[in-house]
Amino acid sequence: MKTLKRFIRMDSRKRKVFISTKLMFAASVLVCALLFLIVIILFSSSAPLLKQHPITDLLFSSLWNPERGDFGFYPIIIGTVYVTAIAMLFSVPVAVLSSIYIAEYTKGRVMQIIKPFIDILAGIPSVVYGMCAIIVLVPLVRDHIAPFFGASSTGFCVLTAGMILSVMIFPIIISICVEVFRAVPDEVREVSYAIGATKWETIKHVVFRAAFPGVSSAVLLGFGRAFGETIAVCMVVGNIPQVASSVFEPGTTLAAFIASNFGEMMSVPFYYSAMMLMALVLILIVLIFNILAKIIIRRSYGGGKT
Amino acid sequence: MNFRKIEEYIFKILMLTSLIIVLGSLIGIIAVVLIKGGAAINWEMLTTTPKGGFYMGGGGGILNAIVGSIYLASGATVLAFFISIGIAIYLQREFTSDGAAGIIRASLDILWGIPSIVYGVFCFIIMMYLGVGTCLLAGIVALTMLEIPIMTRGMDEAIKMVPSELKESTYVLGSNRIETAVKVVLRQGLPGITSGILLAFGRGIGDAASILFTAGFSDHIATSLFDSAAALPTMIFFLSTSPIPEVRDRAYAAAFVLLSIVLLISIISRLLTNKFSKYIIK
Repeated sequence: MKTLKRFIRMDSRKRKVFISTKLMFAASVLVCALLFLIVIILFSSSAPLLKQHPITDLLFSSLWNPERGDFGFYPIIIGTVYVTAIAMLFSVPVAVLSSIYIAEYTKGRVMQIIKPFIDILAGIPSVVYGMCAIIVLVPLVRDHIAPFFGASSTGFCVLTAGMILSVMIFPIIISICVEVFRAVPDEVREVSYAIGATKWETIKHVVFRAAFPGVSSAVLLGFGRAFGETIAVCMVVGNIPQVASSVFEPGTTLAAFIASNFGEMMSVPFYYSAMMLMALVLILIVLIFNILAKIIIRRSYGGGKT
Repeated sequence: MNFRKIEEYIFKILMLTSLIIVLGSLIGIIAVVLIKGGAAINWEMLTTTPKGGFYMGGGGGILNAIVGSIYLASGATVLAFFISIGIAIYLQREFTSDGAAGIIRASLDILWGIPSIVYGVFCFIIMMYLGVGTCLLAGIVALTMLEIPIMTRGMDEAIKMVPSELKESTYVLGSNRIETAVKVVLRQGLPGITSGILLAFGRGIGDAASILFTAGFSDHIATSLFDSAAALPTMIFFLSTSPIPEVRDRAYAAAFVLLSIVLLISIISRLLTNKFSKYIIK
């Protein structure tokens, strides 16, 4: 009532400020609430299944047979871990080494050329990555890599998904790492040169150590992205909820499994809840990794760098 | 050469190899799309909607997906713009405390990291609750949620760079918070704001996971917000695993169009940033 009286007494300029400030406040609250809203709604949608089966049964049972009421997430979670681990194994060394090269060895001009390339790599839609994986990596794995290790594979397997995923997280890790290496002050390097260290020794012992928190948070962010990547993985991983016995076998990941099975869930009881629970598990794991990365950055670089 | 030099030499080679792998994979991806898509693309493909037997190798083109993608991404970008610009202005010190701004920025960062499929699932639950089927509007809402954090962080960075002396001199002249924000801050931050908008548009047009169950798929061009709509990413997703080569060609053509749009936007963004920079006073 009081605000209303105040509002009526305002002139048009003040009224504009009043209305737009309230609207902007509402938009900000909406964004802050969105995350909680998503988690709460996913949780309440998966509640029917959680009432039926205890959470430990769901997470650690390897039986996936919705028609018979068996919802074991274990093979899907393990598949996600496999695919992500392969992606990180390929991606982290290559991305970190190339960002050291970009930050320490290239001159300004070359850097100006390379940076837009990395940005473009980050902007390519994931479905295009998936298509390229089908065209290039699937035949490569099927005809060359798998026979080389004495295995047979259709090409739609955990390894292919991990490989394309590793390319997709290059730009995330590289763009953060380059910035972190650049942020190491030159005095630190000069001190190291002054006591007779070579350039590489300086990088190894001084620059890398100083930048380590930043590098590890870049890796965690890359992990979060890889864990939640959907479409590209869904196209090449094979989408079979089984514990893959080798990297040449098909598997599935949480996100890819949701994408490929969403349509058929209406016919089976609890299938809907199971999908929602899967999305909930996915979002919680990704959240944990992203928050960890944020905390590491906050701790080591103070509040200035967010 | 002593051991230290050899070690440096080996690692230099390793680093160069890694850089070549990274740049090579980028060039490889673009080359694959250009070669495969370039061979498959023709005028009829771009200007017709699918005809009967499209998914078995029959006639028709991908116009429905091109138009659908543009509808979805532009709708989402417009919606996200109005929300993001409000939040970005609100994050300034004149409107909110540093603590509150920190919380808002942290939630935006977290929202940025959420996999896009979660937004799709979230929208799908709301659609089930409201009793609507797959439609253009639902796809737009899902993409809007995806675009807001990207756009807002871009705008926020641009607005943060506006010097406070400039703002203070407008306050001295008797302007109020909103007038300063709209007439001075937004104009000063224009290069960063446009590049934020275009970045979000590029991300939105390429995302498939969030529109997979919200926008649906249809063979004709949507005529209202409550029609299902096809989009380039979903079309690539559905068609590129097809066993029929003619159908796969359509996926390649769609990827060609999609990648051209994304690259074009990134080039436009760079050009506009340079062009708008001349309005910056300081």
